[in-house]
Amino acid sequence: MVELVSRPYARAFEAYATQYPNEVLCLSADLTSSCEIDGFRDRHPEQFLSLGMAEQNMMSFAGGLGLAGYRPFVHTFGVFMYRRPYDQLMASIAYPRRKVRLMGFLPGVTTPGGMTHQSIEDVSVMRSIPNMTILECGDATEVESICEAADSIDGPVWCRVLRGSVPRLFDTPIRVGEIRVLSEGADVLVVTSGICTEEAMRARAAFAKAGLSIRHLHLHTIKPFDASALLDHIHSVTHGVVTLENHVTEGGIGSLAAEVMADAGVGKRLMRLGLRDTYAHGGSRPYLMRYYGLDALALVKGMESLLGEEFDITEDDLDAARVDDVHSLVKAEAL
Amino acid sequence: MRNVRSTEEIALGIRRRVFEHSIRNNGGYLSQACSAAEQLAWLYNEELNLGAPTLPMIPRPFAGVPASGNDAYRTGAGYNGPAEPAFDRLFIAPAHYALVAYATLIEVGRMAPEGLEMFNKDGSSVEMIGAEHSPGMEVHNGTLGIGLSTAAGLAWGRKRRGEPGRTWVFMSDGEVQEGQTWEAIAAAAHHRIDNLYAIMDVNRQQCDGAMSSVMDVGDVKAKIEQFGGVAVRVDAHKLDQIREAAKTPHRGRPLIILANSSPFRGMPSLQLRFPGLHYVRFRSEEERASMNREIARSLRVDPVAYEGAH
Repeated sequence: MVELVSRPYARAFEAYATQYPNEVLCLSADLTSSCEIDGFRDRHPEQFLSLGMAEQNMMSFAGGLGLAGYRPFVHTFGVFMYRRPYDQLMASIAYPRRKVRLMGFLPGVTTPGGMTHQSIEDVSVMRSIPNMTILECGDATEVESICEAADSIDGPVWCRVLRGSVPRLFDTPIRVGEIRVLSEGADVLVVTSGICTEEAMRARAAFAKAGLSIRHLHLHTIKPFDASALLDHIHSVTHGVVTLENHVTEGGIGSLAAEVMADAGVGKRLMRLGLRDTYAHGGSRPYLMRYYGLDALALVKGMESLLGEEFDITEDDLDAARVDDVHSLVKAEAL
Repeated sequence: MRNVRSTEEIALGIRRRVFEHSIRNNGGYLSQACSAAEQLAWLYNEELNLGAPTLPMIPRPFAGVPASGNDAYRTGAGYNGPAEPAFDRLFIAPAHYALVAYATLIEVGRMAPEGLEMFNKDGSSVEMIGAEHSPGMEVHNGTLGIGLSTAAGLAWGRKRRGEPGRTWVFMSDGEVQEGQTWEAIAAAAHHRIDNLYAIMDVNRQQCDGAMSSVMDVGDVKAKIEQFGGVAVRVDAHKLDQIREAAKTPHRGRPLIILANSSPFRGMPSLQLRFPGLHYVRFRSEEERASMNREIARSLRVDPVAYEGAH
């Protein structure tokens, strides 16, 4: 049974930020408890800035704080941090390489809030911004280490952060730029990020039972990216590559793998799984992951398609999916 | 280096330089020199507490954009002196005023006249729309409406650290159409950022023409006050009014001086071009020659001898 950690960001941010009372600042745009920084606000008001529902100002303001020598951690839902204030993100933060840490909560379908709340193309956008670094949490240990990892970067950092009840899958912190190798099989390479890594792990035993040897990589650092390390793994498998991400299949880690393979002239197949040129809608996370093909079963089907054979793996063969109680106390109260 | 010349002389010098440049180049941001000359001259010659320039009088060429490994990168802020705690900072929020700002740097002895020769030339840092690396600039402001927010962040950070230096923004009235302006004023008032100052060139003009015809913004002073700022109206061409306005008490609030200006001030023949004042490009050699004669007379200089002049 996977260990579930309650609100890891709340503790991790406070523990990290309080080490730098004169450099690290906590910014929020009216989603303070929703981003698990309400306790920090109450206990460390001198390091906290409430900037209201005014993200355009917040982004340029954060750029000004960066110019003044601070390292602001900006907290809101990811979607609100790049869609409306994209111009400010570019001109005030990314271009001048301000040390602004953009903590984007509710990545992809981790919110029932529907289109307006779901950041489904943020990785694509951030990958195309010069000077930007991109980190994504896949478990509680990565949530716990993302503040230090982000703050080690000399420039702006986009972070996909998980909140509430988060499974612990790894026992080592994020080391920026490294790829986590979760299994070292020889048939197919599976590359996942974020919450999709847990899904791929659910399918691990079933693939083994079906006689399929999987090499599984988890990406917490999406940009900058070490193409040569990925290529070594691609060369280590016989058949091809499957990517699975909580994001549209354009511009995310599927595209990243495609670019790496095309640039190197790798003649292997690639199956990109994720949101396929579609918006999502409002619903629970397990429902959305099933409906849009982001879960373990979708990976099985993708694998079958890649290899042109059926493994007779059903839902029952997969490790149990976690079902969060939507009314659980560990969930922040607001969308 | 301050007060060697009067602010009035510097303002006249700014208009003359922008005029000469625009005639030679068959166009330029002429009207902005008319409206803003006193404001920029006053900031640099009287109001701002700035250190000596840290960058060469003749601007270096473009040295790349900020990027990991580009150690040669510098902003143009060094023309305003070093970023030390006691010194003031200035953002030119409408970066389209760059030509006027560069002319000001020359008039106050912070940049060599050769700098203006590099204006809008390929490979030059003296860009048409002021960039971070352009002389006198510290941040990108070409996208309008972001300057006051950035300055508010900088000012808040400096205040937290106990730095006495102020953060000033030269603004335009057109950019208040951008909602971010109002977000910035609300944030500055909420966080009591009173080391934040702005002077706004209220010339009532924007790219498409008169603001009243493009999208009227109503009573800007009342709006600023409603959003929590302190606003004072002055005649942009009367220096004593500007000087007095800067002394207005504004404890816990940002101070914004609304400088009501004429977009033709000093060059009355520009009225013929109304409402197309944003960037004046001469429509014919006849117009160029006529503007050259008329504006030169208004500015009490000889007409510019440019190639092809007759």
